[in-house]
Amino acid sequence: MKATLKAEAAAAMIPDGASLMIGGFMGVSSPERLIDAIVARGTRDLTVIANDTAMPGRGIGKLISAGAVSRVIASHIGLNPETRAGMIAGEIDCELVPQGTLIERIRAGGVGLGGVLTPTGLGTEVEDGKQKIEVQGRTYLLETPLRADFSLLGARQADYVGNLCYLLTAHNFNPMMALAGATVIAEPEAIVPVGVIPPISVKTLGILVDHLLRALLGKGC
Amino acid sequence: MDAKELIARRVAREIQPGMLVNLGIGLPSLVAGFVPATSGVFFQAENGVIGLGARPPEGMEDPHLTDAGGSFVTAVPGAASIDSAMSFGLIRGGHLDVTVLGGLQVDEAGHLANWKVPGKMVPGMGGAMDLVTGAGRVIVAMQHVAKGEPKIVPQCTLPLTALRRVDLVITDLAVIAPTPSGLVLQERAPGVDLDQIRAATAAHLVIPEEVPEMTRPGGRHSPGNCFGKG
Repeated sequence: MKATLKAEAAAAMIPDGASLMIGGFMGVSSPERLIDAIVARGTRDLTVIANDTAMPGRGIGKLISAGAVSRVIASHIGLNPETRAGMIAGEIDCELVPQGTLIERIRAGGVGLGGVLTPTGLGTEVEDGKQKIEVQGRTYLLETPLRADFSLLGARQADYVGNLCYLLTAHNFNPMMALAGATVIAEPEAIVPVGVIPPISVKTLGILVDHLLRALLGKGC
Repeated sequence: MDAKELIARRVAREIQPGMLVNLGIGLPSLVAGFVPATSGVFFQAENGVIGLGARPPEGMEDPHLTDAGGSFVTAVPGAASIDSAMSFGLIRGGHLDVTVLGGLQVDEAGHLANWKVPGKMVPGMGGAMDLVTGAGRVIVAMQHVAKGEPKIVPQCTLPLTALRRVDLVITDLAVIAPTPSGLVLQERAPGVDLDQIRAATAAHLVIPEEVPEMTRPGGRHSPGNCFGKG
């Protein structure tokens, strides 16, 4: 059985300067309560690794608005003018990574691989400064693994041992990020007894989840 | 018919029954409306669904089911949801038959630039680089000219999306196939003559003796008018 903790207690574990992988795609299935608690605490100088920075007022966008983020590694920031403004002002260091490369770098970090060889980015500015490797007559870019101090996941349900399931397009980066964070904190929309999530529907193993956010009473399935 | 609909209808005729297809945001997304629901085509949204459907009825939206632009969508019978690693594995691994994307520039080598205007628009490449690198066929759907400036140019001045030569460019004026010997003008839009196309194109075009009009909307697609991968 996993212990649960309040969002405030989870946020208190995250120090200034920490690196965070945050699940979600344009705010879909990002851990909103956790993000709100980090904003309320006033944590600073965070590195955020995520697909995108959502939009102001939603998901990671709230961290950007709060000035909590000094570095972003993402594939897209186009829907958040505040991220762009922060980048232009030199307040946010942005590394833009092709989406398929980003998820594979996270996967590599999570599954013990020393990197990824991908043709994506060859001949573009993405290849600048990267090693090229030829395998079986084809050229690839060597992309390095990514890990983070914390992975913050948004899930549909968790059971008492921490198994997670996701709905439809709410999987996105969450399952791979569960492997690549030193400490993994999951925010499910509901917590259910063991067995309610059938074994074939478990997408993140409970053994990967270190902390579960306490259920929000009155907001079950 | 407006220019966007003309382009979308023409692109739709490149899509064969049973294909897996990814449509970009904006103009490319209109293509789905012209592919018959009975064709067995599956559309991918790279955020995690194969079998993307139309907008849900008002009040029936599900926050867990959106497309890559963040809009509420539905899923068709036979659909599957996947995570981002699987989604981009399909794209890079050659399992995606066609990708349709917008473009800022296409050049004589068939290179596409569509993700960045230095100093002006720096949104990030999202999935575009993986899509252009990995898809079976790459179709660029765009206006022929932007604010008076030709978008089909001798050499892209904007940052490239990939080194891969795109397979077909469909605009409001023409259908152009990038090939090893240059940009071949394949079709004209209805009522558009060769001089209009030449004037709107900065790149050199290879113009065959006969350049037919785009098949009229609703007309039958002839597989022979597709130049292939080159």
